[in-house]
Amino acid sequence: MGDQMADLDMLESDQPLLVAKSLSKSYGRIAACRDVSFALYPGEVLAIVGESGSGKSTLLQLLSGQLAASGGHVSYRMRDGVTRDLATLGEAERRFLFRTDWGFVHQDPAQGLRMAVSAGANVGERLMAVGWNHYGRIRDTASDWLTRVEIDVARIDDAPRTYSGGMRQRLQIARNLVTEPRLVFMDEPTGGLDVSVQARLLDLLRSLVAELHLAVIIVTHDLAVARLLSHRVMVMKGGRVIETGLTDQVLDDPREPYTQLLVSSILPP
Amino acid sequence: MNAPAYNFAYLDEQTKRMIRRAILKAIAIPGYQVPFASREMPMPYGWGTGGVQVTAAILGPKDVLKVIDQGSDDTTNAISIRKFFAKTAGVATTTATEDATVIQTRHRIPETALHENQVLVYQVPIPEPLRFLEPRETETRRMHALAEYGLMHVKLYEDIARFGHIATAYAYPVKVNARYVMDPSPTPKFDNPKMDNCPALQLFGAGREKRIYAIPPYTTVVSLDFEDHPFEPYRFNAPCALCGAENSYLDEIVTDDKGGRMFVCSDTDYCEGRQAAGHRGSLSAAPYKEKAHGGSNG
Repeated sequence: MGDQMADLDMLESDQPLLVAKSLSKSYGRIAACRDVSFALYPGEVLAIVGESGSGKSTLLQLLSGQLAASGGHVSYRMRDGVTRDLATLGEAERRFLFRTDWGFVHQDPAQGLRMAVSAGANVGERLMAVGWNHYGRIRDTASDWLTRVEIDVARIDDAPRTYSGGMRQRLQIARNLVTEPRLVFMDEPTGGLDVSVQARLLDLLRSLVAELHLAVIIVTHDLAVARLLSHRVMVMKGGRVIETGLTDQVLDDPREPYTQLLVSSILPP
Repeated sequence: MNAPAYNFAYLDEQTKRMIRRAILKAIAIPGYQVPFASREMPMPYGWGTGGVQVTAAILGPKDVLKVIDQGSDDTTNAISIRKFFAKTAGVATTTATEDATVIQTRHRIPETALHENQVLVYQVPIPEPLRFLEPRETETRRMHALAEYGLMHVKLYEDIARFGHIATAYAYPVKVNARYVMDPSPTPKFDNPKMDNCPALQLFGAGREKRIYAIPPYTTVVSLDFEDHPFEPYRFNAPCALCGAENSYLDEIVTDDKGGRMFVCSDTDYCEGRQAAGHRGSLSAAPYKEKAHGGSNG
């Protein structure tokens, strides 16, 4: 039994969690995303970097099944071990995936949170959506998660409207992680935060990712974020992936002229 | 009196057919909100235009109509609608719950148990239980379709977090036939258990929102709750001051500016019936006398 479990674990991390194959998306004559292929493994953090308009956000929406691709497909290995093409999932299945095995952290917390309901209910919503029906347990789990993202439990009944930007972002993360997803999409999670708050958030994210063995696809234009969080980097320009590799390798020794430009445009510390 | 200028029960036959089709669909899918082409009625929205259209569509010449508003047969709204159908359909009207075949109601279910030959028609202001939680109608429809009702519990969670108990006192969400979550119109939650397994057909009409929904006879209706905060009907802890009833829903009436108040049955027919049967409350007038005012003593 124990051996079998170990074998399964081996298989688990050997197989990719999410595979994109020649994904493309065009809006009329504008190609927002062209021929993107990669595989993401469990526990791996992949950063997609590039300037505005390079197709990062479109790619993220394609990967998370929110946009239909014009070409190519995305497949995902579900919790039962079966790999399925996202396009063939029914809407109910897709939405279920979205609130259980996936997380999505928006740049603007107002998009990912219910601003008018309390922090506890924000965290508890996913649990209630999968059938939790015990107030005490929902609340305990919610306070537990608030502690983990360094929010004072005394503020559990306050609405996120009354929270600071950094707290809102941490609350959004707690709300996403409460169902223990295996894959989290992040769209510029540190955008709009000041530098010290950013640093704290990145620190928190890094420890949570390691602790929970999360796979993350993070879209950012901030190379510092990519360097701190990610194992691998994909550089996008004009809808194409122009360079990909290990984060240190790409950022320390960029091959493409555009990547060199990106890296050199960071102010030296 | 029958006004010849109108078709029977005011609406033309084509409109009635359209509404009946919506009603049949609503009965076939308990708790599902069926859209219908709501008409302008000779009364303002909010006065029961949805209920009136449903009543008009199901009313036959032999029906006996009762109309209640907040449990009472003699408020403006109830009297106007009763007169409206007496005039346009010439049907018999009554205030006695047992004698009625069609009961149009606003905000209450009669205390007297309903029977199989009755239809209860509710006036509904807002049919969508998820309305104030999710503003997008496209999204709420999808949530109903996929039976995603976690959000409904978010509302109940908020109640407990804020007040220590589920403070929703009316329009308390229910699950019909283990499928659709439904807003029972603004009836007090005291009335929710009466909807469950009720022998009468229950129809809900929302005129402004153009929706009809239904609970067929003998359908399970469960009020949503948490395991550790179960649903509890609420009632003022007092007997009716006029008939002494211990188990009816009570209205609180302020009687002076010194904190004086009395609790009386909100269902006037039920209360009068009990008084006629000889039940007395603390503020009842002395029997068989024309004195209207009870003293302040109990």
